[in-house]
Amino acid sequence: MEMKILSCTVNGKPVQVGYDVRECLLDTLHDRLGLTSVKRGCEVGECGACTVLIDGVATDTCLYLTAWAEGKTIETVEGLQAPDGTLDPVQQAFVDEFAVQCGFCIPGIIMSAEELVRTGKTYTRDEIRKALSGHLCRCTGYQNIITAVERAVDLVNGFVGEDGDAA
Amino acid sequence: MKEFKEVGRPLTRVDAFDKVTGRAKYCYDLLPTDHLVAKMVLATVGNGRVVSIDTSEAEKVPGVVGVFTCFDPDLPTQPFGTAGHPWSCDPAHQDIQDRNILTQRVRQYGDVVAAVVAEDTVAADRAVRAVKVEYEEYPLELTRLEAIDHAEDFPPLHEARPNNIIAHVDNRTEVKGGYDSVEQILEDPQWHRTHIEVKTPRQSQAHIELCLSFAYAEGDRIVVVSSTQLPHICRRIVAQALGRPWGDVRVIKPYIGGGFGNKQDILYEPLNAWLCEKVGGRCVLLELTREEVFAYTRSRQPKECHIDAAWDDDMNLKARSLEGWSNQGSYAAHGHALMANTANSFRQEYSAKELAHHGIATTFYSNETCAGAMRAYGVPEGNWAAEVLMSDIAYDMGWDGAEFRLNNFMELGYRDPFWPGPLCCYSRGIDECVAKGKELIGWDEKRAAYKNQTGPIRHGVGVALFSYKTSVAGLSLETSNVRMNLAQDGSIMLQMGATEIGQGADTVFSQMAAETVGVPTEMVHIVSQQDTDVTPYDSGAYASRQTYVAGTACRKVAEELREKILDYAHFLYPTHQTPFDMRDGVIYDIAGNEVTTIADVSIQSYYHPTNAKQIEAQDGVNVQENTFAMGACFVDLTVDIPLAKVTVNDVVEVHDSGVIINPKTAEQQVHGGIAQSIGMALSEELLTNPKDGSIRNNNLLDYKIPTMMDLPDLRADFVETYDPTGPYGNKALGETPCIPAAPAVRDAILNATGVKFYEAPMTPQRLFEGFKKEGLV
Repeated sequence: MEMKILSCTVNGKPVQVGYDVRECLLDTLHDRLGLTSVKRGCEVGECGACTVLIDGVATDTCLYLTAWAEGKTIETVEGLQAPDGTLDPVQQAFVDEFAVQCGFCIPGIIMSAEELVRTGKTYTRDEIRKALSGHLCRCTGYQNIITAVERAVDLVNGFVGEDGDAA
Repeated sequence: MKEFKEVGRPLTRVDAFDKVTGRAKYCYDLLPTDHLVAKMVLATVGNGRVVSIDTSEAEKVPGVVGVFTCFDPDLPTQPFGTAGHPWSCDPAHQDIQDRNILTQRVRQYGDVVAAVVAEDTVAADRAVRAVKVEYEEYPLELTRLEAIDHAEDFPPLHEARPNNIIAHVDNRTEVKGGYDSVEQILEDPQWHRTHIEVKTPRQSQAHIELCLSFAYAEGDRIVVVSSTQLPHICRRIVAQALGRPWGDVRVIKPYIGGGFGNKQDILYEPLNAWLCEKVGGRCVLLELTREEVFAYTRSRQPKECHIDAAWDDDMNLKARSLEGWSNQGSYAAHGHALMANTANSFRQEYSAKELAHHGIATTFYSNETCAGAMRAYGVPEGNWAAEVLMSDIAYDMGWDGAEFRLNNFMELGYRDPFWPGPLCCYSRGIDECVAKGKELIGWDEKRAAYKNQTGPIRHGVGVALFSYKTSVAGLSLETSNVRMNLAQDGSIMLQMGATEIGQGADTVFSQMAAETVGVPTEMVHIVSQQDTDVTPYDSGAYASRQTYVAGTACRKVAEELREKILDYAHFLYPTHQTPFDMRDGVIYDIAGNEVTTIADVSIQSYYHPTNAKQIEAQDGVNVQENTFAMGACFVDLTVDIPLAKVTVNDVVEVHDSGVIINPKTAEQQVHGGIAQSIGMALSEELLTNPKDGSIRNNNLLDYKIPTMMDLPDLRADFVETYDPTGPYGNKALGETPCIPAAPAVRDAILNATGVKFYEAPMTPQRLFEGFKKEGLV
């Protein structure tokens, strides 16, 4: 087994970590850095549970070799809370809108929702469906997840009203 | 109806914060860094026997710790049953024990014939590929025809049942109306008659967390941490499979990433524990891949039902008969109970006007992959049969389908003659559910608007009702235990044997405890994780039983804790006259004067110089009653006939689940259930390769659960009856939402196109064939 050192930024902190060159980023983040929000559901990019932001782009870490993360900025839900523990608006919306059931798919969906929120744009429910359709959830029928994302987008970007039509 | 304070609050889920921050720990998150990895060697034939296994190359793979085969002299020989049912001390009521940890007799593609333990996943995978297995192959028996009609042509799958019949039930109700038999009614020329044949698919639970466990030794005992719905049953089955005393096994159940019945079987935990024993007690992880989860865990049983029915001109069913077959696959698991549930639910729902009913349910072994429990446990299949029949009749007679269904729906006070214990319709809100649903979907307007459509794009509106028993009381043991104690500040530590599997159990139990003790729910701290060493016994999460059965235990223990708190308050303040009362954590005497608070009682009880003791209560219940939840689903959809494409535009589902403990978590259950039922209606089916019995689409790309793009906004609503047998007037809700949407979709397609479909899922191919047959394309 050949080991190398990865240098990158994880949740705002510079990190150096040893990894097996055959390893995917999912395993490095979960098993070596203890970021347990990064979930394994399929290992082939079908379910979206392992999604994190890499340089701001929502990415399936099961399909992403750790070696490729050299120098990158990585964010997971563990990095979203404020220093005092206050939830980020997307996290808070997921709590308030009852978007969470078993919770296994949720960290990945939250990270994709973060990507949407940070565009500064508003989205209709159908646009949210399309943007997040790479995430599978078996508990919720997606209903409250879509509502939570809609609420977070509108809250952060200052839009009010139905489907962002007040923008 | 009783007035509640905590019950009925739309409280934030107690687990939501931890789940959005990554703090919530699931099985894999608890895995010790220093662990070994196990991988299974799975049979590549669908029927046969292992002749030999050559492990020499596999053992040479760097990192391999051991390769263990079905010929291992240490392998426990006693078979075990995997079904997550309570144990029965009566051998006649025990589940069939027909499975071994590793097997020489291959009964399905993917049977486990050996396993590798290695330092890491890559080494384990490489070693699995290097194991050489020689099989003696037998011809495949996959179908009903092969497995039942020609059983004698094949070597027996299980010696104890050479005819492959796992269970056969034949129930005839008493015949009313002056007839001699159900057949006589069905043949009476004065009634309208029909015969239909319906099929439902092998649906996958498709939870997003995989199936996994890890095991390690602790002293002379073995600890299994598992993603299971039922830790106490897991302990029993692991111990039985290993042939060890049950107390030797400790099972820990953390948060789980969905189960939907698949984790109601104890499948690979026994293998995991045995491999741990074989490597000297070192920690061994056994995590299945997504492909293995689809193909080699459990699925909804594929079923076929033949139905005959007779009815009159006035919307009254006269008689129905159902003969159903369930292809259980390689092992018995839950098999015997599922088809019975299908036939039971078919009989129960539209029992009001029938003069007689006949149900035959047969469950058989085959070389298909083994089926098991899935959400609502056989009832979506029975409901499909019942509702497709009602759909056809209403369409052919030109009746309003909602009115016709209501006219025949189970009456208040209905008792099922074949349920071995009490099961009664104690509360009935179906009329209000239908009225509400019709209003919300715009039933009358849409039915008028969708009349006489032509052209390639058509719209349809459909309905389906359902009924569902709450728990399995009467059929199987219903018991639950709960512990509560007071913390120093007067908050309450609540420990349930019943499990949180994503359905919101922890939240509603907290509300129940608070309601009865007399404190705000915010003062209740529930211990989410179950550990069989310390957690009170409960059978686990299945059968929509927990709010009803464990809820009854929760109320009982809360009453006991409350009495102890009030007694201690009187000990502290003897001048006040009893009985005391407690509301919102404040204790009052008989005159309504404020005596003290729960916080004061608690701290004094801990540190009183002469009477210090922790105030706690633990108790259990045997629930003997059982009642029916019910509801109605309405679907609006568009059919593109040339494209054979269905777009669901609107879904309204209204439930009578009695009193709703938490309206928001209840709504969550309905949303998710609708999605699963729409999946069953339109896209979900595991496909078996007829050449070897393997599963063809065992991945999330080819097995199509609904995505966000496939579903419209889902509307959940409730009609709150007060059920006299529920601890807080509540009835089943966990599973019921996944029952009626599928037949409502079918009814709407019929409304749109006039084409009758009998097999779910109604995939584009089946729709095309149906439209072609009717000359629409």
